[in-house]
Amino acid sequence: MADTATEREAVRSAIERVAARMEEEKEYLTDLDSAIGDADHGANMDRGFQAVLEKTDGMDDADAAELVKTVGVTLISEVGGAAGPLYGGSFMSASAELGDGITAESTVAFAEAFLDKVQDRGDAPVGAKTMVDALTPAVHTYKKSIEEDDLEPVEALTKAVDACQRGVNFTTPIRAKKGRASYLGWRSVGHQDPGATSTLCIVEELQETAVEYLGDGSLEADATSPTVPDEEPTPGDGGPEGV
Amino acid sequence: MVGLVVVSHSERAAEGIREVAAEMAGDVSIEAVGGDPDGGLGTSTPVIQEALDALADEKGVVVLVDLGSAVMNTELAIEMADVEAEIADAPILEGAVNAAVAATSPKATVESVLEAAEEAAEISKL
Repeated sequence: MADTATEREAVRSAIERVAARMEEEKEYLTDLDSAIGDADHGANMDRGFQAVLEKTDGMDDADAAELVKTVGVTLISEVGGAAGPLYGGSFMSASAELGDGITAESTVAFAEAFLDKVQDRGDAPVGAKTMVDALTPAVHTYKKSIEEDDLEPVEALTKAVDACQRGVNFTTPIRAKKGRASYLGWRSVGHQDPGATSTLCIVEELQETAVEYLGDGSLEADATSPTVPDEEPTPGDGGPEGV
Repeated sequence: MVGLVVVSHSERAAEGIREVAAEMAGDVSIEAVGGDPDGGLGTSTPVIQEALDALADEKGVVVLVDLGSAVMNTELAIEMADVEAEIADAPILEGAVNAAVAATSPKATVESVLEAAEEAAEISKL
C-alpha cells in the first residue's frame, strides 16, 4: 500500500468504522441472537470494539500488523463467548501476514489466515449456520478476484462483500449444527445467523475503508512502486499523500 | 501434582462443581472459573488463563469444560498460558470428580488424569 504512517491511518480508520458500525448494529445483532442464541452478540461486539478504539488510540508508532494484533488481543479479553476467541484469535494470528505492509498479496494472505484460524478454532463446516458461511465465500472471492481475475483490491473487496451477503442470506433457511443455536435443532431454521451478520458488517466497513484510501477502483500500490506504471491517474487517485 | 481447572458458563456452577470434586480430591489444587467479561453467563479467555497460570507450579493441568465457547476460550487460554494443560472430553461434573480422584495418586500425570476424566463419559446412571 503505502508508507507505515498511511497504513496506520488506514487501519485506524477501519477500526473507527467497524466500532461505529457495531454500535449502530448492536440492537439488531442482539435481536438476531435472542432468536437463536443467548442475546448478547451485539452487546459483546460493541463492547469489544469500543475497547479496541481505546486501546489503539495513541498507538502512534505502531504499524498495521501491530494495530491489528492489538485488535485481536483486545477482542479476546473483552468480547468473551465464542465471538471473542473466533474474531480475536483470528485477528491476532492473521495480523502477522501484514508484517511487511498492506498490499493486495498480503491482504489475501491475511484473509486466508483469518479464515483458517476460524475454521481451526470453531471446527464448523460451511452450512452449519455460523460466521463460516459468510466468511468462507468472502475470503474465497477476494482471493480469486485478486489472484485469478486480476481485479484491483477495491473491486475485489466489493465482490467479497457481495459474496459475504449471499453467505449471510444462506444462513437463514438452514438448520444450525454448531454453536448455541444447534441446541434448538429445527427451531433454528428461518433465523439469520448473528455471527455471519457481524462478519458482513466488518467486511463492508473494510471495503468502505479501502474506497476511502484507494479511491474507487484504483490501485494505490502503483503510487509507491516505481516499476509499475501508473496508467490511469484519475482525480480520485491522489495516493496516500493526499489523505 | 496435577492441577484441575473447572470452566463453566456460570461461575456459581463452576464453584459448585469444584465443591463436589474437592471432597474426593485431598490436596489437589482445583481452580473454578466462569462468566463473561461483563459478569453475565459465558466464558472468557483471560479469566481462564489466569486460572491456568495460578497452577503454573503443578505438574500440568487438566481442564473440565461445559458447553460451546468454553472449549474455544480454554483452547486459546492454553495457547497463551505458560503451563502444560489438556482439555478433557468429558461431562464436566463427573469428569471433575474422576479427575480429582486420579490426581491424588502419587504417580498421576496429565495423561492419567485426562484418561480418568474422559472415562466419566461412559458412566451410566440407571
